[in-house]
Amino acid sequence: MSGKRKSKLGIKQRYSMLTRGLGWDTTYQDMDKVFPYDNYEGIIIHDWDGWEDPFRLTMDAYWKFQSEKEKKLYAVIDSFAQNNGHLGITDARYVNALKLFLTGVSPLEYQAARGFTHVGRQFRGVGPRVACQMQAIDELRHVQTQIHSMSHYNKYFDGLHSAPHMHDRVWYLSVPKSFFDDARTAGPFEFLTSISFAFEYVLTNLLFVPFMSGAAFNGDMATVTFGFSAQSDEARHMTLGLEVIKFMLEQDERNIPIVQRWMDKWFWRGTRMLALVAMMMDYMLPKRVMSWREAWDIYFTEAGGALFADLARYGIKPPKYADIATKEAEHISHQAWHIFYNYTHAAAFHTWVPEKDELDWLSEKYPNTFDKYYRPRLEYLDKEEKAGRRFYNDTLPMLCQVCQIPMGFTDMDDPTTISFEVSEYNGDKYHTCSLGCRDIFDYEPAKYVQAWLPVHQIYQGNCGGAEVPDVLKWYNFNLGADNLEYNGSPDQKLWDEWQAHRKKA
Amino acid sequence: MSVASIGKYEFEPLDKVENFHGNQLTYFNWEQHLLFCAPVCLPLPPEMPFAALVQEVLPGVYNKHPDFQKINWDEVTWTLDQADFTPDMGKSLADNGLGHKSLLRFWTPGLDGIKGSHS
Repeated sequence: MSGKRKSKLGIKQRYSMLTRGLGWDTTYQDMDKVFPYDNYEGIIIHDWDGWEDPFRLTMDAYWKFQSEKEKKLYAVIDSFAQNNGHLGITDARYVNALKLFLTGVSPLEYQAARGFTHVGRQFRGVGPRVACQMQAIDELRHVQTQIHSMSHYNKYFDGLHSAPHMHDRVWYLSVPKSFFDDARTAGPFEFLTSISFAFEYVLTNLLFVPFMSGAAFNGDMATVTFGFSAQSDEARHMTLGLEVIKFMLEQDERNIPIVQRWMDKWFWRGTRMLALVAMMMDYMLPKRVMSWREAWDIYFTEAGGALFADLARYGIKPPKYADIATKEAEHISHQAWHIFYNYTHAAAFHTWVPEKDELDWLSEKYPNTFDKYYRPRLEYLDKEEKAGRRFYNDTLPMLCQVCQIPMGFTDMDDPTTISFEVSEYNGDKYHTCSLGCRDIFDYEPAKYVQAWLPVHQIYQGNCGGAEVPDVLKWYNFNLGADNLEYNGSPDQKLWDEWQAHRKKA
Repeated sequence: MSVASIGKYEFEPLDKVENFHGNQLTYFNWEQHLLFCAPVCLPLPPEMPFAALVQEVLPGVYNKHPDFQKINWDEVTWTLDQADFTPDMGKSLADNGLGHKSLLRFWTPGLDGIKGSHS
């Protein structure tokens, strides 16, 4: 021992000691037995040190950054509550977007925490393990801060009281839930391709940005602040997504077809889930940010196009059916909103027919399709509702075996005809909504025959009873408050009272 | 393609016909009438006569639509599992060839929905 200690390590050295320096090769157990999950998917890795971490973040620095962000966020959340921030939103209809987010998206953050915790254990390479462990903690932070940001609304508005319970049971929430169940039950490399790449990298701008700018446009400062607080985490997650793809592609060319198939699959599953965001943008925000069509053109066609041009040097092609998804951008929001309008008696948020100026906005944004296919129907529904005959669909819908969305999407070249696909497996029929979903089923039928399809589960008697009200109680709905049309809802009544008081004052 | 997995990968399908208490699932779609956003799903006894489907089941599903009363059932065209199909009203669903998770689509000529929008 020289007795002289170097007082500080350089950043590079410090990063190396606190990440790579923490790993070791096992000696009295075979590495393949210690890490049994990282090679069965067929991905070949020659050199785990080929993993690059562009952020070079170590755990101690991570805690410090995160705690500073938390302090700021919670100061804003407190002040939002103390100053009755909910009174500053544009209209109570906006809160329905939060209901969808809290029940549909926030529980996914928790699922992501579980997924990244799992794969963070399973990679034998230290670089990806550390990155996954940090992301697991981020995701846990996101679900907590989202619940805290939105909890203020739960004091006044319906439908926000049982998000985790609803996420596991309610028919439309099986769409995001099954998406993540599918990802988490895949191997670790497919999980990262699905969540880190397809979801966080390719499609995140179509999920996160619309919700957060929607919040900003509609006066919801609590949610905007949460969005800012999560932004640097999301940047790190996107980088992980791109890194894992490049890592797999650079390690061995036999990885290329596997990665391509995962990209095709998870792009399609992602676009299906984004139908919920599409209808949020076009129908649920009282003050619109941009149309779904515009968002798709900017964030997928342009930004995604540049990304796939960049990946072409590895032999990667743009996702299969991207052309169909682009055609869908013209229709999907209207078709998705119509599904929820049909079944809003069984949903934990309200639906409504847009007001006249809002219909005009949709006519302007969708000049080739809205007036032809969708406006007459909405005007009819409005007339019926005003005459006291609010239309609900009384029969449970047929669901897609893969995405689990009611089969309400049409052939995009024939927008008045529903798109049907079917596969046979072990003597049974399995119906899917699109070529994209059918391909996914056909590649791994043994996986998707296990799908917990809410409609079929209700008919099997596994959801609280035979009648719709029994099922809704099993969902933990407050009947007559959480569900049904917005006009005449307790939410609307309360909001109108507040507005009347404001006028008097 | 079999599922890549760390062990044997065989699981029971969740929607086998025996899970539906003597019924089988039947899917219906009234074509070009998208007021009803999607095809519907109903558990029905395979021995139910096809006539009962038309006279008792379908009105419960679709009679809120102003076109429904105008349907001339003699002119309706059908497909069963995507093949042309002419139902025998006196025979049961099973004897008409409807199995578990069969898809029945029907077209009603001359009726094109709310203001001709196929809704």
